[in-house]
Order: sequence, then structure tokens, then C-alpha cells
Amino acid sequence: MSNVTLKVNGKTHTLDIDPSTPLLYILRNDLDLRGPRFGCGLGQCGACTVIINGVATRSCITPVSSVKNEITTLEGLAKNGKLHPIQQAWIDEQVPQCGFCQNGQMMTAKALLDKNPHPTDAQIREGMARTLCRCMTYYRVQAAIKRAAKLIAGIGTGSKKEVTA
Amino acid sequence: MSEAAFTNVPKQVEELLEKCGTTSRRNFLKTSGLLVVSLTASPLVAKAGSQAAAPQAGGPYPDPDFRQLDSWIVIHEDNTATFYVGKTDLGQGTGTAFRQLMSDELDMPFDKTTCIMGVTDLTVDQGGSGGSDAIQVDGWPMRRVAAEARRVLLDMASKRFGVPADQLSVVEGVIMVKADTTKKVTYGELIGGKRFNVSLTGNNIDATTGQAKVKPVQDLKIVGKSPQRDDIPAKVDGSIKYAVDVKVPGMVHARNVRPPMAGAKLISIDEASVRNIPGFIKVVSKGNYVAVVCQREEQAIAAARQLKVNWEKPATAQFPSSEDLFNYMRSATPTSTQRPNPVGNPDTALMGAATVIDAEYEIPFQGHTAIGPAHAMADPSNGQMTIYSNDMKSYGLRTGVAQFLEMPRDRVRVVWMEGPQAYGRTAADDAGFEAAFLAKEVGRPVRVQWMRQEETAWDTKGPAFTVKMRGGFDAQGNLVAVDYEARAADYNHLGYNEPDTVLIAQLMGKRRSTPAPGGGATPSDMYTIPNRRNIAHVVSLPVVWETPLRTGNLRDPNGPQSTFASESFIDELAAAAKADPVEFRLKLLTAGNADNNAFLRARSIAVVKAAAEAYGWDKRPSPKPVSNGNILTGRGIAYTYRSQTVVAEIAEVEVNRKTGHVWVKRLVCAHDCGLVVNPEALRRTIEGGMLHSLSRTLHEEVKFDTEKVTSVDWATHPSLTHLDTPAQIDIVLVNGDPNPNRPDLPHYGAGETVCKPTLAAVANAIYDATGVRLRRIPFRDERMLAALKTAGVV
Repeated sequence: MSNVTLKVNGKTHTLDIDPSTPLLYILRNDLDLRGPRFGCGLGQCGACTVIINGVATRSCITPVSSVKNEITTLEGLAKNGKLHPIQQAWIDEQVPQCGFCQNGQMMTAKALLDKNPHPTDAQIREGMARTLCRCMTYYRVQAAIKRAAKLIAGIGTGSKKEVTA
Repeated sequence: MSEAAFTNVPKQVEELLEKCGTTSRRNFLKTSGLLVVSLTASPLVAKAGSQAAAPQAGGPYPDPDFRQLDSWIVIHEDNTATFYVGKTDLGQGTGTAFRQLMSDELDMPFDKTTCIMGVTDLTVDQGGSGGSDAIQVDGWPMRRVAAEARRVLLDMASKRFGVPADQLSVVEGVIMVKADTTKKVTYGELIGGKRFNVSLTGNNIDATTGQAKVKPVQDLKIVGKSPQRDDIPAKVDGSIKYAVDVKVPGMVHARNVRPPMAGAKLISIDEASVRNIPGFIKVVSKGNYVAVVCQREEQAIAAARQLKVNWEKPATAQFPSSEDLFNYMRSATPTSTQRPNPVGNPDTALMGAATVIDAEYEIPFQGHTAIGPAHAMADPSNGQMTIYSNDMKSYGLRTGVAQFLEMPRDRVRVVWMEGPQAYGRTAADDAGFEAAFLAKEVGRPVRVQWMRQEETAWDTKGPAFTVKMRGGFDAQGNLVAVDYEARAADYNHLGYNEPDTVLIAQLMGKRRSTPAPGGGATPSDMYTIPNRRNIAHVVSLPVVWETPLRTGNLRDPNGPQSTFASESFIDELAAAAKADPVEFRLKLLTAGNADNNAFLRARSIAVVKAAAEAYGWDKRPSPKPVSNGNILTGRGIAYTYRSQTVVAEIAEVEVNRKTGHVWVKRLVCAHDCGLVVNPEALRRTIEGGMLHSLSRTLHEEVKFDTEKVTSVDWATHPSLTHLDTPAQIDIVLVNGDPNPNRPDLPHYGAGETVCKPTLAAVANAIYDATGVRLRRIPFRDERMLAALKTAGVV
């Protein structure tokens, strides 16, 4: 055990933990950030994704000792009580089914759009290729990413209470 | 009694239960005395009554009485309502649909209602989810009790205003005297926070009814609209609490240690091998079940990996390898055979046929492979057992665990919470049993979660099928006979939360004297063929206990397998007849006229036509001439029904003849499930269902050697990805009812039928594009490429 300092969503935490512990367990069990979720522990599915230094990072295979920069989790996307455009687009498209993987879908999409605000369909598919969903919401995820890109660019409006096709 | 004393309900669960009402269920039960009074039919009355003043933490946890209106609906003082239903939402929006159905019947605005689901001591036992019956079956008692609540409220207002109920109107929870609209009262003012005290009737929960009749379809205002799903915002901002997130004081973490191969016997455990791990608490073992318990999650993971266990390998092979599976299944003696009455005499007809076509189709074992592995948290405090679980059948888990632990049923409760869905996997909730067993052993709340390799190897499997089909034409080219003969490796099919068949029970040595027979499946279509027979055999693998090849209900159990064979074969027959695949099907659908299934037949014709129209189907036989270039394109159709829901799907594919890669570029679905409650939620359910089956079509196969499953993660049991996603999905919601305006138009189930035709639609499209018929699932690149090479299409 040793002291590890982490900055997450703007807050700094110092924890006495085994530094080889995967970041995921620290976020979930010590910091009560439950957006990142355990899916495989192998870095294959993306359910545990957080953003570190602009990179979508699989927290299940990231030892906490290797993290030097600030971590953003799903809980850190909304600012001042306002949803991030990606989150708004996810509601507008009514993307999630069970929702368990959607942390990974949204955080991977966030890193993608931060780097490339206007991705082509092929770039979206490639950028999201390794983020799995077993409810198979892919079609709506891809639509939501395009919608989010428009919202970020200031085109388009927020959600209505009723969904239209 | 204080809230905190109730049980160790975590704050987030409290919030879940309280999220939208001004009064929580618990407060309501407490202040109204309903908890006691609702037990009038139960021998527990006296016991519960005597405990009314004591903290409820001591239990028991009685069943809410479905014959009491108060068990279903609570009206709050602020004129909002909470509905309590015994179903669970697997992420397809059924919870929102229940609110729509009940709000409409009650005449409450949708956004003034909430719905609590699947908590065994708070909601009536409607069995949880399964069989796509939530709307089709359970929606009816929900509608009737809501209608009854409206009737009772009108009756109360009638007395208050001294006018007959038929001279009152209701708008959004406000009752007015029609002749003098200044005279009005809200539901909340009439009954807010108080009990209805109204008894319902019905021999079983599905038959629950009051005196009121449900509204005619034309009067429904919220049903048919698409309010946003109420579960989505919390799934998007990260605030949702899944069962996997539950944490209570004193909770510890467990991980299982599985046998390294099927049938291995535990010889010894070297506990010293993990004592150096910080936070180590205990190794728990019984029979061949082994788990480690530690303070922290990562410690439990490390201990499970490090624990030295001596296993004895079984003397003989436990099953054929996946490469030999189908030969084994073909030669095995069936354990049972389902032989429906044949139409005509297929054998004679085939002997006399001018042309006979035969084909054999193979579908491997496929996993449920949830995105998150099995998990549960069990709290044994106060001599009770509370299990926080995403079990789709939470009521069954409660009963099963009570039997497994030999605890009184009313000392066990299951708090259902959402979780990673796997469409049937959680109906036999291994982790819930394990958590409860471990919690009892260590005397503390225990959270258990499986690892990925464990989940993919040991979860329940959809059974492998091999299907022989024969068809015959007469000299005039008329189809005279079709014969279907399936073999399903489904012996000892896992039941729902059975205390003697869940994995932990098997590993502890429990054996049922008569394993479940399992089931083959036969085609569901409305074709009229003069001589027809459907035979379904079940075969057994050499070992059916303590095996990772245990079968369970995988989304539309066995339907995708049988429909792959039957609808591929219809296409093969159409090709042999040089007929257009849509025309060929319509001819078979319209050939009949003397059966009593005209309703299903009319709707079958409607969906096939609607799919063809939506796609822009060009009439011609398959295959089309193979074109130049690397990318070959084609289209295929398949159709089926399940219960009363009828579906036709069309796939358009691109096949890369150099790599064998198949991309389903477009999917069309014409879908008739009767009255649609929430069209947009339905569309997304259809999309997800089709893509789930597309994953099974293109990727999924459980591989194994003769002692263990070797498909253990997303690399070795691959799944559909964003790269496979069709560029376009078109969904047509058909209502093919011959009289779609009838007042009682029913709502049928929609969660599973769409999973059935996709495999054949893709296979038929590949044939159309390439002239190559793939008869073995999945269509991975190497299989497609090999078939193209064999056919000389490369």
C-alpha cells in the first residue's frame, strides 16, 4: 500500500492503496464514480472507459500508479448542471437499452469528437469499432454521434419530451 | 419505526424507490397500515400485525396481495401516482410502456406517474420478465386495475358532488361535474396518501380485475405516442444505480474459482497460497464450488487467481470438440422427440415427387455473453437475506434462494435493479444464489461478480442445432412436400432459478433425477403445403451436469435456429422453382383458405408485402448473375411469427469476394405486434433484436475442446461491432388486423420475434449475391471465402 494522488473531474484525492490496482476499482469503490463499469477486465469491450489527457482509456487495465494526468469520467461530462451535448444527443436519439456499456460509448465518442469534430461515417465506425454493446444499440449510437457533432457546432436543438422518428 | 431500521436498503435504492413520488412506498405502507392489511388472505396476518410496531428490519417480507387495488396503485396528495408492477425492464422501455398503459386507463398525465418494478416485497408477483409477455399478457391486469382505480375515484367524486358518475368527466387527474365545471376535485384531494381499500377478483394474477372495463382503443391517448423512456436520462448522466453498484456498510467482495475443465473433481485447496493477500478473509468451498472472499474487490480477484486448487481431471472426454459436434449430434440417439401431427404424407409425397431438394443446416452453441458478467450482492443482516440483483425473474430468485438456503420464503427478498442484459441469462441467476450462499457463510454482505473468462465460458448457451430438410415438387413444378427434422443439443435445459440446477447447486453435487427434457423447435409460418412434417429431436452431450455447455433460454429460445433452417430452405425451394423469393412465399401464404388461422395468415401476407414494398423489392429469382468487381450485392427475405407477432425482414448484403467479408448494408423489418404502445421504443427494440441476431449470424460460435470451452472472451467469442452496423435500417410498423379499428385491439409481445428471421434473410441475400448457399452459422470471413472458392466465385 502507498499513497496515490488522483485528480478526477476537477477534484484531487489521495488514497492509501496498492498502486498496481487497476484504476477502475479505485474509481468505482473508493471514489463512488460508477459511470465506468467492469465489462471484461481485458481492455476488449470499453465499458470502463475514462478520458485521460484527451485519450479514451480503458481503466480496467490501467494501473492507478501509471495515471499522471487528470481523469474525466462520465460523471464529469455535465458542466454546471447542463448535460454535455453528447449526453443530450444520447437522450434525443433515445440510444441506451440496458445502458451498461453506454459509458464506454459516450466517453469514446467524446474523445473522438474532441479530436475530430466532424467525423465521416467511416471515421465514426472505425473510431467506435472496439467499443462493444450487447443490446446492439450501434445504429443509434452512430446517429447520436452525428447529432452531437451538430449540437457542439451550435446546430440543432435539445430534446423534446416525445420522441419523433 | 425509522426508515433506517427497515433493512440495509442502500441509499441509492431508497432514492430509486422514492424517485418520483412525494411519498415512498415504505412511508405509504407504514402510514396506511397497508403492509398489514394487504395480507388479509395470508396466514401471516397475525404475525405481521404483531410486528407492526417493531422495526421491519426483522421481516418478514410478505407478498403484496394482487387482489388489493392498493398493491398496484398509490395516488399521492400532490395528484401524482406510483404504479407497482411485478415485471422487470430489460432496457427496452417496458417500464415506460406500463406507465403509458396505466396512466391512460387512470386518466393521469404520463409525466405525473412513476413505476416501480420487480422488488419482491413491494410489487405484486407477475413473474418478472420473459417470453415477450410484458405487454401482451401482463399489460392487461395493469390496464384493468388502473381502470378500476379511475372508477373508484369517480364513485368517490360522485358522492362528494351528489351527482351520478356518468355526469362527471376526468381530465388529467381532475374530476369535474360536466354541468358545472367549477365543481372539481383532484384525485390527490380525494385519496392522496390514503388507501383505496378495494378488493379485486381473478383466479390468478393475469386475470386480476375490478368492476371497471378498460377503455376502447379509440379512447387511448397516451398509448400510441412515444414519450421518452424514463430510464434513459440516468443512464446517460451516470446517476443510475445498477445492481452492480450496490454498496452497503461492511460489504466484502467474492470471486469464484471454477474447475479448469468440465467434470473436474476438487481434491484439495491450499488456503496458505492466498493468506499473504491483503484483505483476505476466507476460502469458501462445498463440493466442487470454490470462492474466495476479501475485503476489497481487486484483492478478491488476485486471490481467485492465486489460489492453489488441486483438481482431479475426469477419466473420459466430457463432450465432443466443437469441430466434431454436428457429427456427434447426427449419430446420437435422441433423448426425446417432438412429433407434431403431419399434414398429408410427406414420405409418400417425396417418393413420388418429380424433383426432391434436400439440405442440412447447422447452428453452433452460442453464448448469452452479457456485456457485464453475472453479479449480485446479498445482505444477511438481521437473519434475513436481501439480494440486490438484475435477475429478470426476481420473484423466482427469491423462491429459489429460499429453497437453496432452506430459509423461510418470507425471510428472503430480492430488490431488482437494472443490469447488463443478456436476454435470458439472468432467468437462471447463478450469481444471486452464490452471493446469498457466501453471505450466509461469512455472515456479512457479500458482493460477487464473475470475471469475463468465467462468464463467456460458463454462462448458459443457446443450444446447437442441426436440421435436415427435404422438399419435393411434382412434374408441374408445384411444391408438394416439405419435411423438417431438427436435432437440438438441449438435454438438461436450465430452468428458471431452480435450486437444484443453478451452477452452484450442480457444483455442490445436486442432481435432479430427471433432467429437463429440453426442446427442439419447429418452424412458425403460415405456408400451405399439402404434405408437411416437423420433427424435433433433443440429443444429449455425454455429460450434462457441471458443464459449461449447459443450455438456457437465449432470446427467443431456439427460434433463430429453426427459422434459419426453414426460411433458408424455402429460399432454396424458390431458387429450384426459379421463382422470386417474395412471390414464392406469397403463393404459399395465399394457397390456404380452409384453416382456422385466417387472422395470422392475413397478417403474414401483410408483413411480407410491406417489407417488400419498403425495400423496393425487384421481382426476379435468386441468384442474380454474378457481377464483376470485388463487391457482390444481393437481397434476401425471411418471415416468421411468434405467438401473435408477425415479422418479415429483408437484408441487403455486400460480399467481398476477395476477403469473404459480409456486410449487411441495409435491414428492413415489417413488424406487426398489434396495438403499439410506444412506437419509437418499439423501433429501437426491433433494431437491437435484429442486430443481436445479425451478431449470431456473422460472428458468434462457442468453441471447445473435449474438456473445456475455449471461447472465453470477446476475441474468442466475437460479437457484432460498430463496423458491422448497417448503413440503413427501415422499420415498418404494420397493423395487418383485418379490422384495425376494433375497440379491443390487443397488444402483442415484441421483444423476440424479430430475432428469428435475420439469420435466414442474410443467408438468402448472400445466395442472391453470390450463388453460394451458406448452411452453417456463423458466416465469418473464412467460412464465406472458403465457400466462394469452392464455388469458383473468387
